[in-house]
Amino acid sequence: MVVSAPSSVVNNVEAVRLTLYEALKSDPNVVLLGEDIGARGNVFLITKGFLEEFGPQRIIDTPLAEAAIVGVAVGMAMEGLRPIAEIQFADFIYPAFNQIVGEAAKTRYRSNGDYTCPLVIRTPYGGGIRGALSHSVSVEALFYHVPGLKIVAPSTPADIKGLLTTAIEDPDPVLFLEHKKTYRLIKGELPAGRYTIPLGKADVKKQGDDLSVISYGFYVHQALDAARELEREGISVEVIDLRSIRPMDKTTILESVKKTRKVLILHEDNKFGGIGAEISAMLVEEAFFELDAPIRRLCGPDVPPMGYARTLENEYMISTERMAQAMRELARF
Amino acid sequence: MPQLGETVTEGTISQWLKRAGDAIEKYEPFVEIATDKVSAEIPAPVSGRIRELLVKEGETVPTGAPIAIIDAADAVEAVEQAEPSPPPGEASGEHGGERRVSPAVRRLAREHGIDLATLRGSGTGGRITAKDVLAAARPAAAHPAPVAGETIPLSRARRIIAERMVEAKRTIPHAWTMVEVDVTNLVRRRAAMREAFERDHGIRLTLLPFFIYAVVEALREYPLVNARYTDEGIYVHKEVNVGIAVALQDNLLVPVLRHAERRSFVDLAIAADRLIERARTSRLTADELAGGTITVNNTGAIGSFASAPIVHGGQAAIITMEAVVKRPVVLGEDDAIAVRSMMNVCTSFDHRVLDGATICSFINEVKRRLEAIGPTGAL
Repeated sequence: MVVSAPSSVVNNVEAVRLTLYEALKSDPNVVLLGEDIGARGNVFLITKGFLEEFGPQRIIDTPLAEAAIVGVAVGMAMEGLRPIAEIQFADFIYPAFNQIVGEAAKTRYRSNGDYTCPLVIRTPYGGGIRGALSHSVSVEALFYHVPGLKIVAPSTPADIKGLLTTAIEDPDPVLFLEHKKTYRLIKGELPAGRYTIPLGKADVKKQGDDLSVISYGFYVHQALDAARELEREGISVEVIDLRSIRPMDKTTILESVKKTRKVLILHEDNKFGGIGAEISAMLVEEAFFELDAPIRRLCGPDVPPMGYARTLENEYMISTERMAQAMRELARF
Repeated sequence: MPQLGETVTEGTISQWLKRAGDAIEKYEPFVEIATDKVSAEIPAPVSGRIRELLVKEGETVPTGAPIAIIDAADAVEAVEQAEPSPPPGEASGEHGGERRVSPAVRRLAREHGIDLATLRGSGTGGRITAKDVLAAARPAAAHPAPVAGETIPLSRARRIIAERMVEAKRTIPHAWTMVEVDVTNLVRRRAAMREAFERDHGIRLTLLPFFIYAVVEALREYPLVNARYTDEGIYVHKEVNVGIAVALQDNLLVPVLRHAERRSFVDLAIAADRLIERARTSRLTADELAGGTITVNNTGAIGSFASAPIVHGGQAAIITMEAVVKRPVVLGEDDAIAVRSMMNVCTSFDHRVLDGATICSFINEVKRRLEAIGPTGAL
């Protein structure tokens, strides 16, 4: 089974696969569990061949029972294994909410550090793939509120590998969000060998002077497209890929805003109570005198995501053109 | 025609409750309309006067068709009716005009000592942006590397000249005109008079006193040229105090020949000569530099052919005599060509006080007098 490759150009789904494979190979405590990840090799073929190579003790097909998937993983983690639990689609995570928030996130605290919970929960999220109501949701806002949980949402192959490696080695629970639209769409250079990217560190994907765009997930790529378009119009846009939602890289955000004085927050998730709300509050608290414009949030509408009808999905998802227009208006404000 | 029901597509004017020319108040009933579903009294959408009723009683028109024209009493109110509500304030629309200032702008203005009232905003709706403040704080730095050279420090005189010139140009709207004067006879007259004049009065006779004399005489007929603009009115001086511009090494002095209107030609010549001498030897007193009501400048002496001088602050006109140049000109009714001594006379003037007609009449009077000076006779 050809899985490894030297530094090469891969897409996001391959980056996940390669990273999981390396982790399984290098640490015998790493265990995968989830629906259809064994015999089926995962609905996106991420774990194809893993069962044959690593055996049923380490690649575990679970019943359709998300609470059990996470609950069992919590137990494994507390006892010294490094489980990577998969929730097949983020839309199915709700039954596992108590295990994640009530158990995994509180393990270290309630045991006064005697136990930690080195658990990774991986799940594909996001829309734009005609996934409709049950296969398009963004769930980060439900979890980022919870102390004790870490949440990352990388959007490039290189970021995925570095952050997933770090997440697996992290002694505390990490929710690892993979935007399903980027799985095959986004390609990039994947550095060879083992490396880590620290959690809580954003990445300035494009430098600029006129405004700061803060985003994560699939929209980072559209934002970069829009920023390139605006470059031709003489507007210089800085694009920050948060990568890590909790902990959030305040330093990078503040540095950028001090420079540009104008902020556009872009996220696919619903606007009310989304990540943008926390960033906005933080900016007003810490960078009030730097701001030359009201903080702008361009986000998903406050309705459940998203219609199966193409028109409704297009209405929900923010087009590159809409992003470019918002950037233009902010630059001119 | 309003839409009186979801599926209604047309309506009939049952009765006009007002006529063309009537005044009407907003919400006052002004027409009765009938559709196949409902009959209703329609209130006026604006206050104003009914200009025209477009549809006759009994006539049916489709929904949306115009039925009347009302001249709104308050145009602004009418416009407000027509405009859709402003878009939800996402970052631009409702954030006020220029008066509102962002935290960054306020802070930067304070840090750089910029008075926001002096800035023009380049942002949406005239908003002062942080970039505007920074640009204002960065004056000469915006220029590229300076060209090699040296800075000559300003002397007090130069500084005063600079201030006075800027002030004059800033407050007085300048206009300019010119005439050519045939000074052939004048030149001959002066040549004839020179020797005796020097013997009798001890000074070299130039064309300047002739010029001043012609100007002063012309002012008797056009006193408005000897005035100055004030917000209360045009102040016409009763005295003619002629400032004579004297160019020095690094200075420009304008000693004033007072009461020129009382002086004879000889008197003018002597006084002018004395003032110029004192100017050149830095012996002028403050009194001798004050009180001018009009200024003359012998720019011809430095070789100028035409010039556009700057009006002295507090005056309405400045007149120059340019270089005397021998030129072929057309003379007489037969269009003969003769070589004559020609001298341009230019004037810049305060267009608040003087219009073209007055100043041209004046300057042509100066011309007439200069050209009338013959080889002999009274001046």
